[in-house]
Amino acid sequence: MAKKQKLILTILLLIVLFALSWVVNIAMDSYVRRIINLCLIYAIIGLSMNVTNGFTGQFALGQAGFMALGAYVVGVFTVPVKLRASVFYAVPMNPLIANIQLPVWAALIGGGILAAFVAFLIGAPVLRLKGDYLAIATLGFSEIIRIVITNASSFTNGALGIKDIPTLNDTRYIFVATAITFIFISLLINSSYGRAFKAIREDEIAAEAMGIDLYKHKCLAFMISAFFAGIGGGLYAMLLGTVDPKNFLFTLTYNFLLIIVLGGMGSITGSMLGAIVVTAGLEYLRVFDEPLELFGVNIPLFRPGFRMVIFSILLMICVLFWRHGIMGTKEFTWDGAREFVKHPLRMFHRKGVA
Amino acid sequence: MEIFQTIANMTGAALAQHVANGISLGSLYALIAIGYTMVYGILLMINFAHGDIVMMACYFAYFGIAVFNLPWYITVVVTVVLTALLGALIERTAYRPLRDAPKNSVLISAIGASFLLENLANYLFSGRPKRFPRIPILEQNVSLGSVQIQVISFVIPVVTILGLLILLHIVNHTKTGMAMRAVSKDYEIARVMGINIDNVISATFMIGSALAAVGAFMWGVKYPGITPMMGVMPGLKCFIAAVIGGIGNIKGAVLGGFILGMGEIMIVAFFPQLSGYRDAFAFIVLIVILFYKPTGLMGEKLMEKV
Repeated sequence: MAKKQKLILTILLLIVLFALSWVVNIAMDSYVRRIINLCLIYAIIGLSMNVTNGFTGQFALGQAGFMALGAYVVGVFTVPVKLRASVFYAVPMNPLIANIQLPVWAALIGGGILAAFVAFLIGAPVLRLKGDYLAIATLGFSEIIRIVITNASSFTNGALGIKDIPTLNDTRYIFVATAITFIFISLLINSSYGRAFKAIREDEIAAEAMGIDLYKHKCLAFMISAFFAGIGGGLYAMLLGTVDPKNFLFTLTYNFLLIIVLGGMGSITGSMLGAIVVTAGLEYLRVFDEPLELFGVNIPLFRPGFRMVIFSILLMICVLFWRHGIMGTKEFTWDGAREFVKHPLRMFHRKGVA
Repeated sequence: MEIFQTIANMTGAALAQHVANGISLGSLYALIAIGYTMVYGILLMINFAHGDIVMMACYFAYFGIAVFNLPWYITVVVTVVLTALLGALIERTAYRPLRDAPKNSVLISAIGASFLLENLANYLFSGRPKRFPRIPILEQNVSLGSVQIQVISFVIPVVTILGLLILLHIVNHTKTGMAMRAVSKDYEIARVMGINIDNVISATFMIGSALAAVGAFMWGVKYPGITPMMGVMPGLKCFIAAVIGGIGNIKGAVLGGFILGMGEIMIVAFFPQLSGYRDAFAFIVLIVILFYKPTGLMGEKLMEKV
């Protein structure tokens, strides 16, 4: 297919999806809308995590911390000034920021920029590390961010969290944010920067020998990843309407890890699919938390907590037996789709990707 | 200057109390850190589930004493055996199938195993904290002058040193230990030389888990609240302790454990206003160590191979 045709198809698809989000927003009840919005937000954060972990090959586990930064910037600066005294009832808000209220979009972008800036600061020591060390160090920083937030009560209300954040359970806006993230990251990955990221993933020493500045590119990937995680965190805060340091425990990062593993490390469309499957799956698994009666017999297995056991077993199965996930490092392409429509059975003849 | 004031105000008794606490916390970290360092030395992977093995060992001990009414010394033995088996089981199911997979897959599998253990414990034992059973002999106080110190605070370092000596004997003077050293030096060659890699790795996991079980029991006596998430923070800190000492080095892990335990207690003692940042201390030490001495205090220098 010609390049122009594909572009038109992509734009058409985006318009159709946007129209769909409009329909969802009008026709669905608030519970379903919340799940769809959560899918979209998780897609943003999954995509952001894929930039470092999937494309640059740097195994960072700091997403929960960057989300917390974005969420707190939104939380602190969008709560209406007159409600602040009731939110910050234990420790009064710091007078420096007590009267600053930002519009939502500015707070979101501000949260992203703060997260990117912190990533820049953290990146200097951390990005010299590799593999497991990098994972532990980023995880540690994500916890440090959370600990600082818990202790800086006059800015963040400490362990009490912030409530009365203006809520945004509107699929249209969140869809636009996800689409922008998707387009930006697709363009980035197909640019010369993206090729440098992939070169670093494949072989750092060879990439360096080819003249790629390792530190600069890793830092760039890390900052972009943090920026979008911050945006995602801000949207998450607005979806919930409250933020609390306990929301951003590093176990939250595992959700996104599952998303990118399931979708395929290094596949943008894979991350989108992964986000939908994981979020919707977690909702559907709620069945396991409810008591179940079969033919009048109460099955004792079904009680609260069973859902997470199933979820973690699925994660293990996925890692052990299906390491490449849904997409591997491949992408959804229009050519591939056309091929599939013409010969729907051919994909089953080919052996799995190595 | 504030710090000198705080030190000057501190009485000898209070200082002795803090030192005792620091030593026992450090010993507990050391016992758990050994498990990390042994696994890393052989498989070059972080056993993320190790902290959760500690948690499971606490629950085993809880059920042994509180539910099955076993005497505590028998419970220790049962706990150690069960935990060693659990460690081997985790290795068998979560790590062995990925022996030849890329490192990141193994790391994700380890995270998954840890997550599974936490959720399983939450499901089986409920998320509400349980009180570790009281063991009066270990919990009574001994007075040294004006200082009151629990018996367990003396037992912990002694057991740790004993464990370390036994472990060093196993590693340096037995056939299994020799095989372990061979596998950690060169995995492929060891396999070619006829060492059964799988058995050696299983043995490593069992020894590491057994030590973790001993640590967990004493942890339970000293800090009695047990919850499904209790293993996470000690787990991360003990991995950091292993890195500080030089990963793969058993004595280094013990040294790192002591440094972390002491440092943590002393920070809270001297800077009470920083006590909220207690958990951040370990991570800051980690970053500093990795920055200035990436192979740790007692580690060997490694060259990167292309």
